[in-house]
Amino acid sequence: MTGSILFEAIVFLVGAIFCVSIAKRLGLSSVIGYLLAGVLIGPYVLGFIGNEGEDILHFAEFGVVMMLFLIGLEIEPKNFWNMRKAIFGMGGIQVGATMLLSYLLFVLIGFEWKVALVISMAVALSSTAIAMQTIKEKGLMTTTFGTSSFAILLFQDIIVIFMLGFIPLLANPNEAITSGNIDEQTNLLESLPIGFQTLAILFSVGLVIVAGRYLIVPMLRKVAKTDVRELLIAAAFLIVCGISFIMEYVGISPALGAFLGGVVLSNSEFKHELESTLEPFKNLLLGLFFMAVGASINFIVIAKSPFTIIGVLIAIIALKGIVLFITGHIFKLKLDQKLLLTFSLAQIGEFAFVLLSFAFGLNILEQDQMDMLLVITALSMSITPIISIINERFILPKIGTKESIKRPMDHIAKSQKVILVGFGHFGSTIGRFLRSHGVEATILDFDSNRVDFLRKMGFEVYYGDATRLDLLEAAGIAEAKIIICATNRLSVSKAINKIVKEKYPHVELMIRTKNRYDAYELLNLGNENIYRESLETSLKLAKDVLSKMGFRKYTLNRQVENFIKYDEDSLRRLASEPKREEDYIFKAKQELEQQEKYLDEDFKRGVVEFDNHWDSEHIKKVLEKTKNQ
Amino acid sequence: MKKVLILFAHPKFEKSKVNAALIERLKDKAHVTFHDLYEHYPNFHIDVQHEQELLMQHDIIIWHHPLYWYSSPAILKQWKDLVLEFNWAYGPNGKVLHEKTIFNVITTGGSREVYCSEGYNTFTINEFLRPFEQTAKLCGMNYLPPFAVMGTYQLTNEDLLNYANQYERLIDLLQGDFNATQLSSCFFLNDLEILSV
Repeated sequence: MTGSILFEAIVFLVGAIFCVSIAKRLGLSSVIGYLLAGVLIGPYVLGFIGNEGEDILHFAEFGVVMMLFLIGLEIEPKNFWNMRKAIFGMGGIQVGATMLLSYLLFVLIGFEWKVALVISMAVALSSTAIAMQTIKEKGLMTTTFGTSSFAILLFQDIIVIFMLGFIPLLANPNEAITSGNIDEQTNLLESLPIGFQTLAILFSVGLVIVAGRYLIVPMLRKVAKTDVRELLIAAAFLIVCGISFIMEYVGISPALGAFLGGVVLSNSEFKHELESTLEPFKNLLLGLFFMAVGASINFIVIAKSPFTIIGVLIAIIALKGIVLFITGHIFKLKLDQKLLLTFSLAQIGEFAFVLLSFAFGLNILEQDQMDMLLVITALSMSITPIISIINERFILPKIGTKESIKRPMDHIAKSQKVILVGFGHFGSTIGRFLRSHGVEATILDFDSNRVDFLRKMGFEVYYGDATRLDLLEAAGIAEAKIIICATNRLSVSKAINKIVKEKYPHVELMIRTKNRYDAYELLNLGNENIYRESLETSLKLAKDVLSKMGFRKYTLNRQVENFIKYDEDSLRRLASEPKREEDYIFKAKQELEQQEKYLDEDFKRGVVEFDNHWDSEHIKKVLEKTKNQ
Repeated sequence: MKKVLILFAHPKFEKSKVNAALIERLKDKAHVTFHDLYEHYPNFHIDVQHEQELLMQHDIIIWHHPLYWYSSPAILKQWKDLVLEFNWAYGPNGKVLHEKTIFNVITTGGSREVYCSEGYNTFTINEFLRPFEQTAKLCGMNYLPPFAVMGTYQLTNEDLLNYANQYERLIDLLQGDFNATQLSSCFFLNDLEILSV
């Protein structure tokens, strides 16, 4: 049955759609869904996919490269520089301590020191794919936990270069040459002296930076001018592939190279286009990657020595977890952030596949050792997301920042309840103003530091993901009069909108939106209470500009009110027009076209001249006209 | 020298040639404070304390405004409602404004002839301004007859200049020594012979 590419594709797609939608319905991360799908379609359960799973794994690793590129796009060079302490401090401690402990562990079990060293390297690395995908999915990238995880993973990406350079030194030179099954990891520089290698690496990093500025951006400008959508997709792929190729050629992890490329391009005007182009491909490839990991779990190996494998698996996860917890402690993370970090990075990562098969190629590892470790790696990748969920659902609510703190009844028993989701810059102003009127909003926020502070200030705060129905219910959505959604994340607003529409239609939902495009979406979902975050502020600024230029303040005030009304009307008019949503590649261009339309309408409307109130000159003119007739 | 406060209320000052001409020379005149209410409080959010301090610092107050629907523009009513507080401007302890002088300076589109029992506005300007007069009285202030620039639709530049000169001379006169009861005898301050040179 297997063999046909189409059939394989269908198997993967059905598996993904089925399992991920179930995982999502259960409130689990999509990663778990993909892994489960992989196990199901793999050789040991349904048997749709045979041993080609490993090849797919290699192919799908490109998804990780893309993910790092996209993460790089979101980190501007300045921020990257600010993170250097976290990257080398946290990353260094984590990798160093994990390697040391796992080396001791494997030597104690009875492995040869060389083997133990290679294994300890593989064990020290965590899975960027799983950890980052989960963190981004939950929108936790900006929390201390998110940035710490990212810093550690980035350090691992850097250190893996040196590991790949070091492993050949462990090999018995004669055996390595005769064995013949050396991995494709061999690269251009392997035969060169170390000093020259370093130089080449530095040179290629420089090349990426310079090329980003002077080659890639001009190329993208040319491509955008052609107005052919698929060319931009091609260009985006070319960038990622090109950088990966160069990096692989000089022996750097392609993911690290792609990350650098992303950082370089994060300041360019194409940031958003690149993001929206690559995002869906990245997600699919990562999904494929997770499924391949699931499919590669070799149940025969497990069946042979189940206790050893489970024992080693638990030992490794515990060991990694403890090191991560201590790392978090040294860097003064709060308890709940430490726990999140502990569980999200406790797995062995995808680099282990590379390192282990590389070492196997050099005859450092034996077949059964490698099989066992590959299984352990895949199992650890599958289990840690589940442990993370247990942590979030059952452990975190009890310790650290609690999901809720009971407060005296008189506060809760307010007849008109207001729930405020998100207490950032936008939400905090709302909260302060409401409080100054004696209205104590119940606040939902996912930043534990902020939650602590707010609780100290006497607010009733619920900690966690506001799109979870149970949390909203705990916060009292059933008896709420109004919910304010002050986050700028459209996905959160949409999820809450859905919950309110379906389950609590009596609750009034008032939503902050980033821009008119988000506003369209929410309007089309049937919510009229849309507040664009920049409309009033920009008009206020424009009003002050005109006032400084000599226009009268009261007239400007009236015109601002007119303008807002006109703009709100046109927003509602345009929201109902069909949009070419799939065409978001050249969205910037479309936006310009729309702006032009608005400006043109403004001009025709003649904003200021239209208002003839209190203008005696106007009356005079009309009177003269009638007299002349 | 007596200090003059012009409380100016015009929602569209930028379009009013007449008021621009009237105000032009007074804006920077010594001991005259020109206070543009619509420009200060475009949201009608009047700073009561500031307004009361201004009133206390001045001897002669002028409500300067166009006549809209036989009264002042909305902000002047708002100003009265908020600033003239009980027990500050009136009431048993409200004596702050006592003995100050106050009057209206108004501009109207219709000419003086239409504001009388035979004209189509039926009532005289002085009758329409009764609420202002009574407000002044309740606050213990001397209320003078209005200075009115009327028939603004037909004014020539020369007329306008004449009015502006009259307005300035009126303020000069009030800043010096004058007898309030003597000034109260006419219908319009414009009619004072001293003003027309």
